[in-house]
Amino acid sequence: MELLDNLALGFSTALLVQNVLYCFVGVLLGTAVGVLPGIGPTATVAMLLPITFSFEPVTALIMLAGIYYGAQYGGSTTAILINLPGESSAAVTALDGHEMARQGRAGPALAAAAIGSFVAGTVATVALAAAAPPLASVALKFGPADYFSLVLFGLLVSIALARGTALKALAMIALGVLLGTVGQDIYTGTPRFVFEQRELYGGIDFVSVAVGLFGVAEILRNLENEQTRTAIVSKVTNLWPTREDRRRIVAPILRGTGLGAALGVLPGGGHVLASFTSYAVEKRISKRPQEFGRGAIEGVAGPESANNAAAQTSFIPLLTLGLPAHPVMALMIGAFIVHGITPGPNVINDEPALFWGLIASMWIGNVLLLLLNLPLIGLWVRMLRIPYQVLFPMIILFAAIGTYSLNFNAYDVYAIAFFGILGYVLIKCGCEPAPLLLGFVLGPLLEENLRRALIISRGDPSVFVTRPISAALLVLAVVALVAAVLPSIRRRRAVVFAEE
Amino acid sequence: MERRRSFPDVLAGGIFVLIGGAFVVGALGYELGTPTRMGPGAFPLLVGVAVVALGLAIAGKGLIAGEVISFGPIPWRAVAVIVLAVLFFGFTIRRLGFVPTTAVTALLTTLASARVRLLTAVAVAAGLTVASTLIFVVGLQLRIPLWGPWLGL
Repeated sequence: MELLDNLALGFSTALLVQNVLYCFVGVLLGTAVGVLPGIGPTATVAMLLPITFSFEPVTALIMLAGIYYGAQYGGSTTAILINLPGESSAAVTALDGHEMARQGRAGPALAAAAIGSFVAGTVATVALAAAAPPLASVALKFGPADYFSLVLFGLLVSIALARGTALKALAMIALGVLLGTVGQDIYTGTPRFVFEQRELYGGIDFVSVAVGLFGVAEILRNLENEQTRTAIVSKVTNLWPTREDRRRIVAPILRGTGLGAALGVLPGGGHVLASFTSYAVEKRISKRPQEFGRGAIEGVAGPESANNAAAQTSFIPLLTLGLPAHPVMALMIGAFIVHGITPGPNVINDEPALFWGLIASMWIGNVLLLLLNLPLIGLWVRMLRIPYQVLFPMIILFAAIGTYSLNFNAYDVYAIAFFGILGYVLIKCGCEPAPLLLGFVLGPLLEENLRRALIISRGDPSVFVTRPISAALLVLAVVALVAAVLPSIRRRRAVVFAEE
Repeated sequence: MERRRSFPDVLAGGIFVLIGGAFVVGALGYELGTPTRMGPGAFPLLVGVAVVALGLAIAGKGLIAGEVISFGPIPWRAVAVIVLAVLFFGFTIRRLGFVPTTAVTALLTTLASARVRLLTAVAVAAGLTVASTLIFVVGLQLRIPLWGPWLGL
């Protein structure tokens, strides 16, 4: 079977010593930043990206991916133990998970989360391996007009899933696209918006944007009201769930996995939506809905599985279409490009070892997470005691050093400060930063394909609606936009996100 | 309908209009080209106009039926100190070298917290300087001189 051959190739790559080692480093770091409030995977990946430039491409990507899904995992640990979700998708885990911890059942809650995540990760890895090749072969037929519509579709769908008002998310995307035009024009070489500064000819580095928006802005928000974090950590005794627990988590894990795997493909935070949807589903079909919110183990197992499955399948659009579903993946596009690989449908044929190696590494990473997390719970809990006064200077300093080491360009460092302030003010005004980063990364693609499509059609814009793929994608994009703006659906969306 | 004025909405709208407008003005200075051969100014102009329009819509909505968001306090000290620290780092890394730049940046950043004691700040900064020198210069072989030309070494 072809799938098995491919997976065999993947595992032979992923099991190389240095790849396992960096997979381990990735999931370890990911768990750490998932546990620590105030620093997330996006800022971490942005800071570590320059370091990975000297690695083999596949090793670099394995580590960066590990940080991403490791963080989803770590976030649930703090959600359960101290009611502090390290990651937005873990917010729903805190509802029942922390309640279980208060009843002295932290162990089974953590175990349910871990087992659910592992099952979900395994199933989603297979789903990813099975779904990617056909999708990539479809994507190979895409012309510039289709790509333009695809990117537009991806950006607009991410609005439907973003928190806050659709209008603001749309404006953030457009602003990101606009900022992405700084630098030399690809067709004419004209420097745009560079104020005669040679250092800006290459454009604004996306690492600066990410570090500013997700690192600096977040720190400023945390410094608004400093409180000593008194973490009252529940004691973890007896990890193993009872027979009754085990019986109750099987179905939620499977349903959560399915939901997560499907929703994870959507651009822009599918994993947050997946965990909330799974929680809602479990509550609705449960025979004991009154137990939800009072320590129902189904409310931990389902959402945690959904969240982890989604984290895995969100690599599908990245690996087959070159479309990032999450800011971390937008950064991974940069990692691909630095190594001379254009992310998109060609990766699977041109770099099969890299493609399958990355996928196989995710399963290995899930095994490592399972082995790592349950025994090391004590270590993670102790990490929560690191005072913020030590943590935030470290983040700022490492961010500055990391960004400078990208191109040894002082402007990249100045840009951190600029985007930090801009992001901070906009976040305070209710604008989520993720759409801006997605717009920034995808903007140049949008412009390039728009112009190329118009050159091919000799300036006739109808090409976007006469090509069937492009037309279908544009229709879907409009549907997504309408859905995001329509009041009735907006209210439902508000309900989904209200519990955060 | 009840009028709910929302300061954050108006501010956000204003920021979008300002940045979008600046790009529109800039884009008009470049060649716009024809639809077949779009010039370097065409795409930024289009997107800039969109950003301005969205900004106006957000601000306008903020005046009539704004989103209820509490803006919260601004940690002025942290904002000023962190911006200063980052700019200092960018400006002096080449001139002062890795060790002095890192030490000063770390110390400045530590002082962003209103609750920090000076002794703690110095200790944290010293620890971070040693750690980052070991990690980035010794471990990762980053090619930044430890001591820069400004020190006359």
